[in-house]
Amino acid sequence: MTRSVLPGLTRDEILRYSRHLLIPDVGLDGQRKLKGSSALIIGTGGLGSPVALYLAAAGIGRLGLVDYDVVDASNLQRQVIHGTGAVGLLKVESARARLLDLNPEVEVEVYNEAFTSANAMQIAGDYDIILDGTDNFPTRYLTNDVAVFLGKPNVYASIYRFDGQVSVFDARRGPCYRCLFPEPPPPGLVPSCAEGGVLGVLPGTIGTIQATEALKVLLDIGDPLIGRLLLYDALDMSFEVVKLKKNPKCRVCGPAADIKELIDYEEFCGVPSHDHATDTGRPGLGITALELKDRLSQNDLILLDVREPHELEISNLPHSVNIPLGSLAARLAELDSAREMVVFCKSGTRSLRALELLASAGFKKVKNLEGGINAWAREVDTSMPIY
Amino acid sequence: MPILRIPTPLRSYTDGQIEVRVDGRNIGEAMEALVAKYPTLKPHLYNGDGRLRPFVNLFISEHNMKDLDGLSTPVEPDTRVLLVPSIAGGRG
Repeated sequence: MTRSVLPGLTRDEILRYSRHLLIPDVGLDGQRKLKGSSALIIGTGGLGSPVALYLAAAGIGRLGLVDYDVVDASNLQRQVIHGTGAVGLLKVESARARLLDLNPEVEVEVYNEAFTSANAMQIAGDYDIILDGTDNFPTRYLTNDVAVFLGKPNVYASIYRFDGQVSVFDARRGPCYRCLFPEPPPPGLVPSCAEGGVLGVLPGTIGTIQATEALKVLLDIGDPLIGRLLLYDALDMSFEVVKLKKNPKCRVCGPAADIKELIDYEEFCGVPSHDHATDTGRPGLGITALELKDRLSQNDLILLDVREPHELEISNLPHSVNIPLGSLAARLAELDSAREMVVFCKSGTRSLRALELLASAGFKKVKNLEGGINAWAREVDTSMPIY
Repeated sequence: MPILRIPTPLRSYTDGQIEVRVDGRNIGEAMEALVAKYPTLKPHLYNGDGRLRPFVNLFISEHNMKDLDGLSTPVEPDTRVLLVPSIAGGRG
């Protein structure tokens, strides 16, 4: 790994790692390998939590954490590296404190910044292995390309509701992420966990597998998921493994690759590299919660709620019409395009997609409630729950 | 009738069905039968020009359709076809 001469273990470390030392496949040399290794974890959230905890506990010598977010109360259902007392703190600082408490022998470097084309090569260049625990397509493609260009393994994992995917993309020995997914889905077609939700324990299951794969790669033992994709369904409790091949037409790792350096990934994916709803779409199409409050006195206004029916039990705006985004295209006839309409969802992402759909269907008097019903709960009706 | 396994993000378009049995002698026909049965699923799987979207992968017996005969890959009555889309969640 990073060091040509493996570091030794102190008396305390030998005790700490004794259960590893008992495994012939790890042993003293393996543990020294881990101590001499480094791993970069992109994202300190659902996946990053178990990944960082287990890699720190396992004795990886140096861990890098990249995240620019702060801990929110809604993170605690799954991001187990952060505690209630950390709400409001930087995620990387909260995580570092927890990791150093777990294992003070480990060096933890933090990058309180977004992982971007401008800094990614420099940050990742200093690590042996990269673990992708991001939440959006631009950063996933960026992470893949960085790993390919630097010749490093990218331990990939992704989750949604009850589903998880894990693989080890190492373009030197097998396919990369782009071999499997040459292009991202069109914006809005695949919902994020912030909009669609995720079972809290799912990132624990998947992140732990991700950490397992990282340890196997660093120790050079077993059969890592190179050229294989693990598919997990928590509802069925089923694991399936499919085979992946290198794509000869891959634009970054194929023989005729035409992408030779990092690109603008937000442009490539057509979405921002985060899943927080801040984009209000075209200028003039947004309406704030306070503005909507003033407009509600006009009886002609249609309030269109594009959330799923079960979300209405959490919070609701009176006199709104519920048509979930997924069925909106088939139910346009239920709406009067002559009347003014305000569309809303949880935080403004799905309603923006609905706005585009309505505009393409000829609806001209439509606005998007910026920040969704959660903004209403923050700014107008503070008795309403935020989720 | 081949069996198509629907991933979570797309199940809201198949009335919550996890596995759907459809007619078809090859993957292409099976997919056409799937979107004929659930029309709101079609824009999620096919481009406007009628081609399968690149972020959707179909696997038969561990193998990607792209490594076999693509949409012409034959399917037997009990063949399971896995739909594997790209999902992005993890940090949030």
